[in-house]
Amino acid sequence: MKLVFLRMGLLQSLFKLILLVLVVTPTWAQFRVEVTGVGTTQLPVVIAPFKGESTAPQRLANIIQADLERSGQFKSLPSDSVLMDEISRPDFSPWRQLSAEALLAGSVTRLADGRYDVRARLWDVVKGQEKGDFRDTVAAADLRISAHRVADWVFQQLTGTPGAFASRITYVTKTGGRYLLWIADSDGENAKSALSSPEPIISPSWSPSGTHLAYVSFELRKPVVYVHELATGQRRAVANFKGSNSAPAWSADGNFLAATLSRDGGSQLYKIDLSGGEPQRLTQGGSISTEPAFSPDGSALFFVSDRGGSPQIYRMPARGGPAERVTFAGTYNISPALSPDGRWMAYVSRVGGAFRLHMMELATGQVTALTDTSADERPSFAPNSRLLLYTSVFQGRESLMTTTLDGRIKARLTGQGGDIREPHWGPMRK
Amino acid sequence: MTKKFFTSLLFIALLAGCASGVKLDDVPVEDKTATSSGASTQVIRAEPSAVQTGVSGAVVVEKSASGIGPAGVAHVVYFDYDSFVVRAEARPVIESHARFLQANKQRKANIEGHTDERGGREYNLALGQKRAEAVRQALTLLGVSDAQLEAVSYGKEKPAAQGASETDLAKNRRVEIRY
Repeated sequence: MKLVFLRMGLLQSLFKLILLVLVVTPTWAQFRVEVTGVGTTQLPVVIAPFKGESTAPQRLANIIQADLERSGQFKSLPSDSVLMDEISRPDFSPWRQLSAEALLAGSVTRLADGRYDVRARLWDVVKGQEKGDFRDTVAAADLRISAHRVADWVFQQLTGTPGAFASRITYVTKTGGRYLLWIADSDGENAKSALSSPEPIISPSWSPSGTHLAYVSFELRKPVVYVHELATGQRRAVANFKGSNSAPAWSADGNFLAATLSRDGGSQLYKIDLSGGEPQRLTQGGSISTEPAFSPDGSALFFVSDRGGSPQIYRMPARGGPAERVTFAGTYNISPALSPDGRWMAYVSRVGGAFRLHMMELATGQVTALTDTSADERPSFAPNSRLLLYTSVFQGRESLMTTTLDGRIKARLTGQGGDIREPHWGPMRK
Repeated sequence: MTKKFFTSLLFIALLAGCASGVKLDDVPVEDKTATSSGASTQVIRAEPSAVQTGVSGAVVVEKSASGIGPAGVAHVVYFDYDSFVVRAEARPVIESHARFLQANKQRKANIEGHTDERGGREYNLALGQKRAEAVRQALTLLGVSDAQLEAVSYGKEKPAAQGASETDLAKNRRVEIRY
């Protein structure tokens, strides 16, 4: 389709063209994120292709659109043929006929120094007013991040909540006997591998600063906990005690890890000071204690134990002390993840023979099943507490998935090829 | 246990096989030292990335070598579903390893617990640990020094059989005695 730049008088014919596009073109044809489900309230938005993006390294509008759709709070209207940028003066009437609430347009321009200038403008279609302007100047390699920043800005403008699309995720793939630890954008794309090993890698966990990962690597023929600085590749074994060392979880200040060690027999929780010293034992007894997760305020430690006869989630003071049981329904509840806003706990519960993602509202104890799949694993929250990342077997494939907290909107992130597992969502970028 | 591990960088093989698009000059140079406790400390030198993605080239590790145990003796014992009890049929295997370890006091064995694929990775790691510790205890009761034994777990990470049939799952609920 040959594109010409938008002028006011072209809008009527453009409107017809849009209706045609609506019929024939999937809106995410050029992007690999697949979104499924229908939300209760999804704001219809128009995201015009960015002027100049066809010759830029990234198609920004597609990235922004996929981010907003994945959030479950937006429905994008077909816009492939819209020709405008941030300085255009839009005629809102055709968009109002399509019930659009907001319109985003922008441009990407290569500067003399090789960097790119990204500009965008958001309009309130109902009021026919400009809502705000965005501007970012980035290296070519950071154009995807810039697109995610635009999505964060739009999300904040339209929902009042900060977006979290410019954050990063980690996950592990197994391909041809090789395990790779990846760092990717929040949509699973733009992945860079941080570690390659012939032995399993599990339980990667972001430091609160987003600069380090803790993980379990089996490269020494046993599970050992490492801390790995991403910018330099520098890493060290922080728990390599006799027996197994696993399940690292960062304290909110980034100075400690909680982890599961078997150095004294059995799987018990310990607090490890990253500046050195002996680990401090937090749990006692002969039963399993593992999968520690700090509450966002750092006061409590959630964990999994079979002390009651079946694996259940418990909560104890982060300094150690008596534990109280948190999950009661079912006989297998594992992998607790706490939302950064402190309201929610996501976890995996066995229902019949199926392992399904569940959500508990901590204030009420009310539980909701979020999926109807059978092999869900390892949920983690977006830093704005609005989405969950997990893995599942979805439509017959090991998949990296996101879901809204009500389970209504799910997206499969394609990520890297191979068997994909062990995702964890990182903090907001500073 | 003369546990030797090699963490040499295989630049070419890995770069060829790696889909990360790591440029050759981004690959970190590794300077590895082993402490007396066997803990590995790896110092990786790499230029910080100029762009905000901020991930240096992939750190590449290679397989650790394993030693050879008693000849002609099975090294795997199996467990029932959700069980950590060493079966009677496993006694001859465990006794053979106990004799070998008592005759070779300088040798050390890794007692590696495994589970089937059902359930979470970390919880299965803890279950595999229970199996490994049951076999370690059986060896200790036969007179093997605890200093020669290390009970560790692979959880569900290294299944012996890939299928999902009950026969496959049973093959995966096991402890391997490795040297």
